[in-house]
Amino acid sequence: MIHRIRNRLSDNTFLLFITIGLFIIMYITGIIIYRDNNFGRFQVFLNLFISNGGLIVAAVGMTMVLITGGIDISVGSVVAMTCMLLAWMMENKNIGAIPAIIIVLLIGIVFGLVQGWLIAYLKIQPFIVTLAGMFFARGMTAVISTDIISIKNETFLTLANAKIYLPFGGYLNRKGTMVYPYIYPSVIIGIVVLISIYLMLRFTKFGRSIYAVGGNEQSALLMGLNVKRTKLKVYVFNGFLAALAGFVFCLNTSGGFVEQAKGFEMEAIAAAVIGGTLLTGGVGNVIGSLFGVLIKGTIETFITFQGTLSSWWTKIVIAVLLCFFIVLQSILASTKHKGKGDEIKK
Amino acid sequence: MTKGKQLFMRVTKHALFFPLTCLAIVLIINLMKTPSFFQISLNNGVLYGYMMDILNRSSELIILAVGMTLVVAGSGGTDISVGAVSAVAGAVTIFALVGSMSSDTYRMPYGLAILLGILAGMLCGAFNGFLVAKLRIQPMVATLILFTAGRGIAQVITQGFILYVRKEEFKYLGNFIPGVPIPTPIFIATFVVVITVVILKKTALGLYIQSVGINAKAARLVGLNATLLTFLVYTFSGLCAGIAGMIITSRVYSIDANNAGLNIELDAILAVAIGGNSLSGGKFSIAGSIIGAITIQALTTSLYAMKVTADQLPVYKAIVVIIIVMIQSKELKRIRQSVRHKFLCLGERRWAK
Amino acid sequence: MNNEKVTLLTMRGIDKSFPGVVALSKVDFTLYAGEIHALMGENGAGKSTLIKVLTGVEEMDGGEIRMEGIDNPIINKSPQDAQRHGISTVYQEVNLCSNLSVAENIYIGREPKKCGRIDWKAINRKSRELLDKFQIYIDVTKPLGNYSVAIQQMVAIARAVDISSRVLILDEPTSSLDEQEVDKLFEVMFQLKQQGLGIIFVTHYLEQVYRISDRITVLRNGMLVGEYETSKLPIVQLVAKMMGKDLDDLSTIKNLEVALENEKKPEILLEAEHLGHSGTIKPFNLYIQKGEVIGLSGLLGSGRSELARVLYGADKPDMGELKWKGKHLTVNAPIDAMKAGMAYLPENRIAEGIIADLSVRENIMIALQAKRGIFKLLSRKEQEEFTDQYIDLLQIKTSDREVPIKQLSGGNQQKVILARWLLINPDFMILDEPTRGIDVGTKTEIQRLVLQLAQKGKSILFISSEIEEMLRVCSRMVILRDKVKVGELEGAELTQSNIMRAIAGGGKHD
Repeated sequence: MIHRIRNRLSDNTFLLFITIGLFIIMYITGIIIYRDNNFGRFQVFLNLFISNGGLIVAAVGMTMVLITGGIDISVGSVVAMTCMLLAWMMENKNIGAIPAIIIVLLIGIVFGLVQGWLIAYLKIQPFIVTLAGMFFARGMTAVISTDIISIKNETFLTLANAKIYLPFGGYLNRKGTMVYPYIYPSVIIGIVVLISIYLMLRFTKFGRSIYAVGGNEQSALLMGLNVKRTKLKVYVFNGFLAALAGFVFCLNTSGGFVEQAKGFEMEAIAAAVIGGTLLTGGVGNVIGSLFGVLIKGTIETFITFQGTLSSWWTKIVIAVLLCFFIVLQSILASTKHKGKGDEIKK
Repeated sequence: MTKGKQLFMRVTKHALFFPLTCLAIVLIINLMKTPSFFQISLNNGVLYGYMMDILNRSSELIILAVGMTLVVAGSGGTDISVGAVSAVAGAVTIFALVGSMSSDTYRMPYGLAILLGILAGMLCGAFNGFLVAKLRIQPMVATLILFTAGRGIAQVITQGFILYVRKEEFKYLGNFIPGVPIPTPIFIATFVVVITVVILKKTALGLYIQSVGINAKAARLVGLNATLLTFLVYTFSGLCAGIAGMIITSRVYSIDANNAGLNIELDAILAVAIGGNSLSGGKFSIAGSIIGAITIQALTTSLYAMKVTADQLPVYKAIVVIIIVMIQSKELKRIRQSVRHKFLCLGERRWAK
Repeated sequence: MNNEKVTLLTMRGIDKSFPGVVALSKVDFTLYAGEIHALMGENGAGKSTLIKVLTGVEEMDGGEIRMEGIDNPIINKSPQDAQRHGISTVYQEVNLCSNLSVAENIYIGREPKKCGRIDWKAINRKSRELLDKFQIYIDVTKPLGNYSVAIQQMVAIARAVDISSRVLILDEPTSSLDEQEVDKLFEVMFQLKQQGLGIIFVTHYLEQVYRISDRITVLRNGMLVGEYETSKLPIVQLVAKMMGKDLDDLSTIKNLEVALENEKKPEILLEAEHLGHSGTIKPFNLYIQKGEVIGLSGLLGSGRSELARVLYGADKPDMGELKWKGKHLTVNAPIDAMKAGMAYLPENRIAEGIIADLSVRENIMIALQAKRGIFKLLSRKEQEEFTDQYIDLLQIKTSDREVPIKQLSGGNQQKVILARWLLINPDFMILDEPTRGIDVGTKTEIQRLVLQLAQKGKSILFISSEIEEMLRVCSRMVILRDKVKVGELEGAELTQSNIMRAIAGGGKHD
């Protein structure tokens, strides 16, 4: 029976359904268990986006890289480096917020360019290149400063803390006034990035060539696609998005310190994989990755509401989920070859 | 060819030429900065000196590098979980010894606790091995799971605390056994290396691992069990991480799940690469990796002497990794060859005119 | 039939050499519009090189290619060039992306756009219309990978034809198809032919060539043997031309040289009952006697290597049973076959034979070592003795036994692999093209060695593309065609002409 269901829905949508279904189940469970703690309030749902704006951006970039069959484990370190740079530029060097933001985004692009060149043109394993990138960026964070730098820049803080109230989903508090939920600009950035990349992947030649290269590099080459350039562009994009993620992350933390965002890349990879992106390449959907992020957020919320478990449990649960999905993917891949071939006998 | 040129070719083509050169460079730079670099003195019945320090601190790295060498050689992949696994092993041992609070008394025999820790490392390695060998998951991804979850698991075992073992005997493993001038880790590293090399050379295991790494199809056709061999190398890497964890925790007689073995995986990969081993698998040299490990440690020491902090160290190491893999890259060789070819053609054309 | 023959493509005097090898020498080829033209030849004939030159994958050294409607001769420097001239190719390994939808595969790289973004509606609609024309009714929005290889091939053909519809090259398209799928493919090909396309059909399936092709070009050793009309060329003659024999002279060639008339050893060593492996070889029955040299003959692609692999366990059989020395034998992996007493010299030396970076010594001793087990390491002295022994016996040219095998020439590498298997003293050896790439003198040595082994009671399964060689050493011959065992010949029946008739199949097309 499972085979029949599987064959009806193509792989991509099948995995996506599992992810969305999982999220809905988890969220509803939370509402039921913690209804006295107001888990059911809309703000709780919005908080998923607020706490994870940076992760959404990073997961989107990671999805692109994974679709090409590569990987980028330097993202977390780049986020930390970006944060530190922003803080340092604004506080120690008195550079304005906007120029600082532009500078870090450019640095992200350069970072992606170097990694992309090594991977696409020198054909060095992406794992090794981005591993080195990870250590380089993490080390540079410490080179910039070993102390915590808090951001006091007015423009930046305004951007970080500006509550945007939504005209719906509110609740009546004890005094009888309507309390409306809110989000921050970081959420808007995350959603804008998500939608833009989704459109790009779906409706542009570059987007489609990413899927082709990831699906079968040899075929893509024979079909006339420029494989090397596509790969390079993907890593450049990802470098930019990693820096952007760092910026959004910084909006949340308003400061830079060396230990930040440890394991962030793992969360991005997990979000993408749980969202249905295949590690072997060729298959992936940023919507799924969004839900992967939301699932991670839900687990975190669970643990916060639970109160007694340490936050390390989030990492373990995510790792277990990741493991489960990787194994699921590998099982689906090996059963793929059965049950095809009746179409021609008509 | 002249005798001199022949000798030169033989020397430079030797497997250990590259690692020894790297080591020599680092040592010479150190010697220039610190004239007393090679001095070893005996104080309080214990040997002191920069070189002693380097050899001492590189012990756990040597052990990890041995494990990593076999993983790389046999599967063409890397095991990035070794740092986290060593933390898990350390957590298991210390928890077994003192429970959830720092203490000065053992709950169970020391030997048993050590065994449990090493076993925990092996289990982690077996997990990686199963994922890679049986489920055919890419090594980078499989080991990435423990890379993230490992420290979390260690945290859960220690319940988030840094646990201390305040018994003198516990420090012996990572420091000195009373009356013995040489630091214990050096003995352990030597032991691991000797046992490994003996097994690799006295049985056909070394040959098998190389065969599988070079051509898994051909290896299978001559009767080798490639799946089992792949599983074994990852389990062995976990075992090495377990042993390294014992040394690491004993040095500071505590377990800090966040920092035990931090970043040591990069060092291990670097050691293997400096050792002249190809990161895509095949023939390997344990001696090369050992020299690589010592070189890395010497590099770390020099950088510390130049006031680089522990956090900033990875920048330099990352650059070294990139340079080495660029040198190893076949594509680069091809680009250089075609550039040289075009250059020659240009020259020829000039001549023809 | 084509009354007015429009010449679509001419290739004249094509030369192509690689270092040390002449791949094509003054080859001519002509393709008319509205015809299906089969291109045939054995290993090393030059078929794939000719195609590569035509499609721009390789650059020719000499010769001229002309296309109808273009005044000047064309030179294709890349597959894209060829496409622009109207030539497209569909390979055996379908070069599409199975993760993308059917529609997308057809239009990738040239997606129709609307207001700057890809117009999916148009892509889906147009590809549906395209496939409808071929009477292939599938959901074009599903990933290509969901469909069978046969469908994927059709999609590849549809894409190829849509991009450039003058010359279509199909390279071994039927290798992975079953009968119904082949029928469907031929329907499509016929339709395209009616539309005026010229189709080059590269294949080794004789039946199919006679079913669908109008003309046949045969290449051998890089040279053109001839161009024929299919209806006027009897199948046995085709086989003869491909193998380079003249049918009339066959009776004068001496058949059996060596006398294996000495004591018949009817003891059966190995028996295969309905042994088969899905996808590679249909179930076959075979018995091999002790001390016999049995040959496996058939054209390229007939399943010879596949049969050998199934016997040895390199491909685990999923049908039938294997009996060794009278008792059932389960082979889960090659080591089981080795321990029973089998050995296998693979056809593809580089991919499956040599362990490139290991030394000559290590390559020779590895099988014996695997058989002994991991703990009983052969002493260095023993290894060196064995190595020297075989370097001498087989005249392996190497400066030192520690040299990495990859530095040896192809022929010498082959000798090392042969030594590896001789070393384990097997009861049964499978030799797949053991003398390929070896000099004439050593070829004879190896053939003599095979006969010696047989006299000592060993059994050998000998696969070779050279019939004379096999006739010299084999006492019995198994004939394969299109992945099925079609016959056996022994004793006085073993003549070149009988073999070729058996391969050809006889009957309808004589």
